[in-house]
Amino acid sequence: MSEIKADIAIAGGGMVGATLALALAQGGLDVAVADPLTRAQMEDERFDGRVVALAFATVRMLKTLGVWERLAPNAQAIDDIIVNETELGRGPFPFSIHFDHREIGEPLGHIVENRYIRQALLACMESEKRIRFLPGTAASDLAVGESRAVLTLSDGTRIEAPLVIAAEGRDSPLREAQGIQTAGWSYGQSGIVVTVAHERPHNGVAWEQFLATGPFAILPMTGNRASLVWTETDREARRIMALPDVPFTEELRKRFGQHLGDVRPVSQRWSYPLKLHLARSYVKPRFALAGDAAHTIHPLAGQGLNLGLKDVAALAETVLDAARLGLDYGRVDVLQRYERWRRFDSFTLAVVTDGLNRLFSNDFLPLRLVRDVGMAVVDQIPPLRRLFMRHAGGELGTLPRLLKGLPA
Amino acid sequence: MTEPTSVDAVEVEKFSRLAAEWWDPKGKFWPLHAFNPVRLGFIRDFAAEHFGRDSQVLKPFEGLSLLDIGCGGGLLSEPMARMGFTVLGADPSEKNVKTASAHSADSGLPLTYRALTAEGLVDEGAKFDLVLNMEVVEHVADLGAFLQACTKLLKPGGIMLVATLNRTLKSLALAKVGAEYVLRWLPAGTHDWNKFVKPDELERLLEEAGLTVRRVQGVSFDPLRWDWRLSSDTDVNYMVVAEKLSP
Repeated sequence: MSEIKADIAIAGGGMVGATLALALAQGGLDVAVADPLTRAQMEDERFDGRVVALAFATVRMLKTLGVWERLAPNAQAIDDIIVNETELGRGPFPFSIHFDHREIGEPLGHIVENRYIRQALLACMESEKRIRFLPGTAASDLAVGESRAVLTLSDGTRIEAPLVIAAEGRDSPLREAQGIQTAGWSYGQSGIVVTVAHERPHNGVAWEQFLATGPFAILPMTGNRASLVWTETDREARRIMALPDVPFTEELRKRFGQHLGDVRPVSQRWSYPLKLHLARSYVKPRFALAGDAAHTIHPLAGQGLNLGLKDVAALAETVLDAARLGLDYGRVDVLQRYERWRRFDSFTLAVVTDGLNRLFSNDFLPLRLVRDVGMAVVDQIPPLRRLFMRHAGGELGTLPRLLKGLPA
Repeated sequence: MTEPTSVDAVEVEKFSRLAAEWWDPKGKFWPLHAFNPVRLGFIRDFAAEHFGRDSQVLKPFEGLSLLDIGCGGGLLSEPMARMGFTVLGADPSEKNVKTASAHSADSGLPLTYRALTAEGLVDEGAKFDLVLNMEVVEHVADLGAFLQACTKLLKPGGIMLVATLNRTLKSLALAKVGAEYVLRWLPAGTHDWNKFVKPDELERLLEEAGLTVRRVQGVSFDPLRWDWRLSSDTDVNYMVVAEKLSP
């Protein structure tokens, strides 16, 4: 049990919490980061089998923070994205949208396995002298006072700081304890995640196939590998997860198609329930939410972590701008600038991805005609296509400096 | 002198409550909090350039001293101390000094508050690198004498910042009638428009006191962004920076 004084305390040392700690520390603030997981748990390959599509603005930010150089060897550039609609066993419908990186001059994003991002962030945090990292300790209590807050950890350690940030993920205990409510619903769908090896090279093409049961994404990884994010109803997902290897592979092949030759799973399977939720407020005096603690959206557009890292960029900039003016950055009027900046964007993306999922997870014929025509239209209009690509790349809205590749 | 502890406790409680009022972002001093970032940014950037400091680090002004005249609840003194200045907050009101002290009591900042006037400090022979006169001159009876006293408090090469309200029809409409009576940002009677000072009058008085005017900067409220920004319009709120050249 010890007493720590810091400029910022962060609960949660995952991808959002660690990136935030780096951005703030590089701006000159002393940061303490606590996480309930031990280091060994964080680096365990079985802990998190997901991959993430890093938008190009996110990549610029990771370059600025010095994280990207550690990630690059394990990152697969996405040069094209093909979105289409298929029916089980029938192959793709004739209409599709093709996003080509040559139209905007940068890769559309990069696919990186979560565990590599975690490893790179841990290494960066440990070499940053302004970060005090406390793995294996959960945040257990937060007391907010007039001029500072005290965060008590599970081992009795007390961190005193003017601002405490919860980056604890979807079920943030500090958010609950602070009485911030969330609005949202469960999709009744689960995302099955598995890595596959395939015969022919993917050439950096990502496929987003809309099946009636839900989106099925094929995300290119380094080598002849891809990560599948395979959405099913909860009941169907439970059935598929319980299948022995041979029938599981058969189900997988039915959806995957033939375009990359023979395909087989090469990792264990993970399944995650899909939920949408948005916190009613992002800030209170001396307290702010970032990442999934503030919002969880449908993963079909691959924007969840990008959205969380946009929070990081906006929050770090708001806090550092205030600190450089000598202002008390834990004050709610300072923190509300961050809230106004981020809440609208998160809400918009939540609504768009929710709408897309509802539109496509449906086998009703007229609806299918509408969406096929819609796809054909988007595909034929280059400015519209570029707009979609820029949004997927994280370029719309007022960009925080980090997302432009500048220091916070 | 030893006071009974209970009396101290009552005093502390009273001034802590007043401090909470001064510092409440939604309380009656909210217009000052909304105004603070833009003027802090201006002071920081001007001072960083003048003293050759890097405005992007967190404590650019370590080793420099600052006097905040008419410090009120300490809304400027505290940020200035966080930016590294060794700060003396001075206010003729004992109540304000106790209030500001209560707020920064455990902060560990290089900051002291004293109940005295500029003239009182001159008698002590105190000298500072930077003197802030923010929203003070419009409340002063003999402005010329006041600015001469403030000039004596500057070290050679030091700078004085004066922020105040212009005496124009626009300021009568916006700062007096608009802010006090229509929007009710300020308590009615806060300002006497007849005491507002025109920039050329202020510049002349500063030069007469022996200073060299370096910058006249307007500050405007942007109703679309609902925020303050620096502007070339000095008709309502403006700031003047003047330097005491080395003899």
